[in-house]
Amino acid sequence: MTEDSTFMSSPDERGRFGNFGGRFVPEALMPACLELEVAFRDAWADPLFIEEYERVLRDFAGRPTPVTPLDRLSERLGIRVFAKREDLAHTGSHKINNVIGQTLLTRRMGKHRVIAETGAGQHGVATATAAARLGLSCTVFMGEVDTQRQSLNVFRMELLGATVVPVLSGSRTLKDAVNEAMREWVTCVDDTHYCLGSVMGPHPFPWMVREMQSIIGREASRQLNDLGVGTPDLVVACVGGGSNAAGVFAGFADSTARLVGIEAAGGSAVGKGSPGVLHGMKSLLMQDEFGQIEEAHSISAGLDYPGIGPEHAHLAESGRAEYYAIGDEDVIDALKLLSELEGIIPALETAHAVAWIVKEAGTLIPLGSTVLLNLSGRGDKDVAQVRAILRGEA
Amino acid sequence: MRTLEAQLRALRGAGRKALVPYFVAGLTPDWVRHVEAAILAGADAVEIGIPFSDPMMDGVVIQEASLRSLNAGTTLDSLCTDLASLSTTAPLVAMTYYNIFHHYGLERAAGKLRTSGIGGAIVPDLSLEESGEWRRACEDQDVATVFLFAPSTDPERVRLLTGVTQGFAYASARMAVTGQAADIGDAQRVVETIRASSDIPAYVGIGIATPEMARAAAAVSDGVIVGSALVKIILDGAGASEVESFIASFRRALD
Repeated sequence: MTEDSTFMSSPDERGRFGNFGGRFVPEALMPACLELEVAFRDAWADPLFIEEYERVLRDFAGRPTPVTPLDRLSERLGIRVFAKREDLAHTGSHKINNVIGQTLLTRRMGKHRVIAETGAGQHGVATATAAARLGLSCTVFMGEVDTQRQSLNVFRMELLGATVVPVLSGSRTLKDAVNEAMREWVTCVDDTHYCLGSVMGPHPFPWMVREMQSIIGREASRQLNDLGVGTPDLVVACVGGGSNAAGVFAGFADSTARLVGIEAAGGSAVGKGSPGVLHGMKSLLMQDEFGQIEEAHSISAGLDYPGIGPEHAHLAESGRAEYYAIGDEDVIDALKLLSELEGIIPALETAHAVAWIVKEAGTLIPLGSTVLLNLSGRGDKDVAQVRAILRGEA
Repeated sequence: MRTLEAQLRALRGAGRKALVPYFVAGLTPDWVRHVEAAILAGADAVEIGIPFSDPMMDGVVIQEASLRSLNAGTTLDSLCTDLASLSTTAPLVAMTYYNIFHHYGLERAAGKLRTSGIGGAIVPDLSLEESGEWRRACEDQDVATVFLFAPSTDPERVRLLTGVTQGFAYASARMAVTGQAADIGDAQRVVETIRASSDIPAYVGIGIATPEMARAAAAVSDGVIVGSALVKIILDGAGASEVESFIASFRRALD
């Protein structure tokens, strides 16, 4: 599936993107990481596997998702904004692309159970969905804080037959859910695949997840051409671990488009981080002067992560992509604006990217520019939280 | 040969099964007294756990102890300062996650361990494939790099790992994070695969909770590491005398 790309090519044999990536895992997990790499390379080169992956994404997940011109927002801002509508994919976000691929791979490896971490719950719901479809057993680890602010998603996962395990350690958010999933994986690696939800973790996960999300960028590139727009001036996406951004960037890495990733101000690994090693990868991390990992704080559970995928760290270091941060205060306004002007309620994560576009139109985004926004998820999961905030209850 | 490995081989040469307790540095203000008590009670070497915010290979006991120690302000520098007051000698081996050393600077960290009397280091999230820089930094400082061997490690990887592990080979008894278990799991099989390619001392850890389990593990290896079971009693308030009797009970089981 991979086409040769100058800026987003395959990692080297150690799983490195420039200075970042690699495989920093306990010996107990090394054989599983090696097995996974072999299985992924084999599957991804198998036309039958690709055919099934694409067919399931079409018939089950609703791909291709459309590209929608955001006319009223464009008029307001003096730029031309197009949205890649991952919010319209099954389960409400781009997460489905990755889990369809990974669950098919799980079955191909002869494993019958998946585990996953989740922050906002989107990856957990997507994993539970894809697991149900294939009859795989599914356990999702979710920080206790997140099970409270995303309680409906917990119930969704349970409806889909998954077991949700609240994680009580550390900051009780996404970072700790990853720790707990890794701890679980050590005990059951023979029959269980760790369905990691973002472009992070040990090699081959950052590469594999980007490949499984790159369908976003490939579709969008073709769709913009069909619309007569051609190459956009900017491609903008929110970044927690960075899977939706990696997926859309992959379609434009070798074009002239500026690639822009938007982090939450309280989880800004590029803006505030430094090189470090966590969760199996060398990347940029928010950490204190002693190398202890700092806790991220964001209004959106999906961006509440102190690190970033290693390929993003590389894209930032090489200058191919730009990363900026948006604070909680701008996010709600952006969510309301997109809802009122375009009839689309975005996820709080996605609203960070919207907020940056609104804020920078006419400054970092020259007037008249063409912007592709990756509308990574819908806001249904967030409406109770947003209502509480707008009523002053949160 | 590294100093640590010479010490541990001499121990085996003398017919003694090694008893290696694990402490979380800085867990209590008097943690160095606990280390001394363990050595007095018959510990042959001591693992010094350097707390990390995200201990991916540790179960709830060491997670809790790490958090408490971090909240008390423990750092690599502070625990090395504490160790200067250690009045009893035994080989010391640090155990922590790679980010601590990576952030400190690899050469600087290895030097800090050496000047603090620590002769080896276990870094459970540092895979063989990523360990080159750390091994070079340790080589220069005579700090032994100890590698873990898991039940999932195949014979080919065992051969590669025995080529780089120094001091001893850390045999994981089970596919699990640290914590107390009911039996010694795959200990014998893991030790046998190590011995098939190396004569380096092989110690069993992960899950060793009782003197009886320690005796069973030592019967198929050169020694045992006792972590969570010991840290648990300290979390529950044990002082130096309780640590001494706890370690003495393991010593009796091994002799």
